[in-house]
Amino acid sequence: MKTKYLIIGNSAAAIGGVQGIREVDKRSKIVLVADEPYSTYSRPLISYWLEGRVDREHMVYRNPDFYRQYGVDTLLGTKVTAIDPTRHIATTDDGKEITYEELLIATGSHPFVPPIEGKDQAKNAFTFTTFDDAQGVKKALTPDAKVVIMGGGLIGLKAAEALIDHVKSLTIVDLADRVMPSVLDSEVAQVMQQHLEDLGMVLKLKTSIKRVGNMSVTLSDGAKLPYDILIFAVGTRPNQALAEAAGIDCERGILTNESQLTSAADVYAAGDCTQSHDISADVDRNIAILPNAFMQGETAGINMAGGQAVFDKAFPVNSMGIKDFYLLTAGSTEGQPQIVNTPDGIRKFYIADDELKGYMILGECQRAGIYTDLIRQKTKLSTVDWNSLAEAPKLMAFDVSVRKADLAQAH
Amino acid sequence: MKRVYVNEEWCLGCHLCEFNCGFANSGETSMIKAYHREQRPLSRIRVEDGDDIHFAVNCRHCKEPLCVKGCITGALSVEDGVIKIDQDQCIGCRTCIAMCPYGCLVLSHNHTMLKCELCLENSCGEPACVTGCPNRAIVYEERG
Ligand SMILES: Cc1cc2nc3c(=O)[nH]c(=O)nc-3n(C[C@H](O)[C@H](O)[C@H](O)COP(=O)(O)OP(=O)(O)OC[C@H]3O[C@@H](n4cnc5c(N)ncnc54)[C@H](O)[C@@H]3O)c2cc1C
Ligand code: SF4
Ligand code: SF4
Repeated sequence: MKTKYLIIGNSAAAIGGVQGIREVDKRSKIVLVADEPYSTYSRPLISYWLEGRVDREHMVYRNPDFYRQYGVDTLLGTKVTAIDPTRHIATTDDGKEITYEELLIATGSHPFVPPIEGKDQAKNAFTFTTFDDAQGVKKALTPDAKVVIMGGGLIGLKAAEALIDHVKSLTIVDLADRVMPSVLDSEVAQVMQQHLEDLGMVLKLKTSIKRVGNMSVTLSDGAKLPYDILIFAVGTRPNQALAEAAGIDCERGILTNESQLTSAADVYAAGDCTQSHDISADVDRNIAILPNAFMQGETAGINMAGGQAVFDKAFPVNSMGIKDFYLLTAGSTEGQPQIVNTPDGIRKFYIADDELKGYMILGECQRAGIYTDLIRQKTKLSTVDWNSLAEAPKLMAFDVSVRKADLAQAH
Repeated sequence: MKRVYVNEEWCLGCHLCEFNCGFANSGETSMIKAYHREQRPLSRIRVEDGDDIHFAVNCRHCKEPLCVKGCITGALSVEDGVIKIDQDQCIGCRTCIAMCPYGCLVLSHNHTMLKCELCLENSCGEPACVTGCPNRAIVYEERG
C-alpha cells in the first residue's frame, strides 16, 4: 500500500495531524492506522462513561463522519510493528507494508505498572487509560465492591471520582506525601485531600503496595487490604519503542524540533509520545495533556503538507474536576508563591524574573485563561497591573495598546 | 469575516449589551419574561468597569482558537470562521477557560460552557449586543 501521508495513532495528536494536513493539502491520500478498533474517542471521557455521566455516543472526540469529511483511509484495530525511515515503510501486525512520503507518529502513552510481586497473577486488576480498561472495570463493578487504586494523580483520582458513588469502599494508595504530587504543592493538595475524604475516599499516602495476593494487597505499612477491583494508575510512559527501534532520537519521549520533526527525515511525532520543552520551567519533559497533543499534531500536519508552523509554547495546562470541585493548574512551580484567598477557594501564583510561571486555582476560575496567557507570552508583570490581576483576571489590567490589539483588531 | 469589535472610548458602561445577550439567548419573547425566570439568563459578553474606562469583552472568534484546540471532547468547533459550542458534547471540564487568552467563556447554570456565537444560532441573525448598544461602542464589521 502506498500513501502520501501516514499517521500512526487515532487520538488527539493524530486528529490534529489530519486537520493540519488538510489546512494545506486538501487532496493527497492520508492513511491512519491505530491498534484501538474504535472511531476516535476522547480519552478523558472514559471516567465519565464509567460514572454514567456520558453515554458511548458522546464519548467521541470527533463525529464518526470525520474520516469521510477529511478524506482519511483508516486501518483501525491494526498495530504498526516497525517503521523504516530510510525506505519510508511501515509494517503492520497483519503483515502489510505501507509506503509513505511523510509519517506522523502519534502513538501516545501507556500506563506504567511498577514491578510489584504478584501483579501479573492478580485478578480484577486494571490500568485506566483506554475505553477497554473502562469496560473491564465496569464488568467487575458491584455495589459491594471494595476498590483499591494505586496512584493519586490525575488518572487515579478521575477513576476514583467515577467509582466512589457506585461501590462500598475506595482506597487510594500513593507513595507521595500528597495527591497529584506532580502539579500540586502541599498546601493546595491539602484542600483537595479534604474534599476527597469528604466524598468518602480513604487516602493512604506515603504508602506503597508491596504485594498483590489473592484479591488482597499488602501495603508497605504491613496492612492487608482486601479488594474486588484493583486499579494501577501510577503514571504513563511515552510510546516510543517504534521510534527507538528505528534509530530515532528519544529521551523521555521522542525528540522533535519546533516543527515536530524527529531526527529522521520525513518522520514527525506529536502528543504524549514526545518530549516537549516546557517554557514555564525551561526544562525538557513529557507533557501528557490533550491540548498539547492536538496542537503538536496540527503543527506536524501543516509541516508535513509543506506549510509552515511551529509549536514553541508547550507547558502544562490542566483542569480537573472531582464532583463539581474544580482545580485549574498551569505552568510550573518555579519562583515565589503568591497566595490569594477567594470566597470559595484559593489561588496560588508562582512568579520569577518578573514573569508568571504557573498557577493553581481551586474554586472560582472564570477567565483564568488570562493568567495562562501571561505564562504563554512571558509577559513582564511590571507592564501590567498585577495587583488587580491577582485579585481577578481582567483585560483592564493591561496597557490600553494591548487591549486595543486584543479587542479592536482581528486575530 | 465580520466580528464584534470594541471602541472603548465610546463605552458608557451601561451593561445593556449584557442584558441584550442574555435575552437574545433565552428563547423568551420579552426581556421581562427572560429576567423573571428563577435562573436569570446569562450573558456571553462581559463589560469591564474601571474608574473612567469601560469596555465589553466577548469571544474574538480567533483564527487560531486555543479554546477549540484545547477542548478535550470536541465540543468546540470552527464553522465558517465562527467558533461554536455543542452543549450536548460539553462536559464542563473548564479546560477551555484555562485556554482562552481573553476570558471569553461563561459557565452556564448547568455547568456546561456558554460562548458568543454571534447570534447566528438564535433568532436574532446579528449580534444583539451590537444592535442594542446606544453609543456604537461595539460594532459588527469586517476588519483586517
Ligand atoms: C482517564 C484519563 C483522563 C485524562 N484527563 C485529561 C484531562 O482532563 N485533560 C487533559 O488535557 N488530558 C487528560 N488526559 C490525557 C490525555 O488523554 C492525553 O494527553 C491525550 O489523549 C494524548 O493524545 P495522543 O494522541 O498523544 O495519544 P493517545 O490518546 O494515547 O493515543 C494514542 C493512539 O495511538 C495508537 N497507537 C499506539 N501505538 C500504536 C501502534 N504501535 N500501532 C498503531 N496504533 C498505535 C492508539 O491506538 C491510540 O489511538 C487524560 C487521560 C486519561 C487516561
Ligand atoms: S473563546 Fe477565546 S480562544 Fe476561543 S475563539 Fe473566542 S476569544 Fe478565541
Ligand atoms: S468545558 Fe466543554 S467546551 Fe470547554 S473544554 Fe471542556 S468539554 Fe470542551
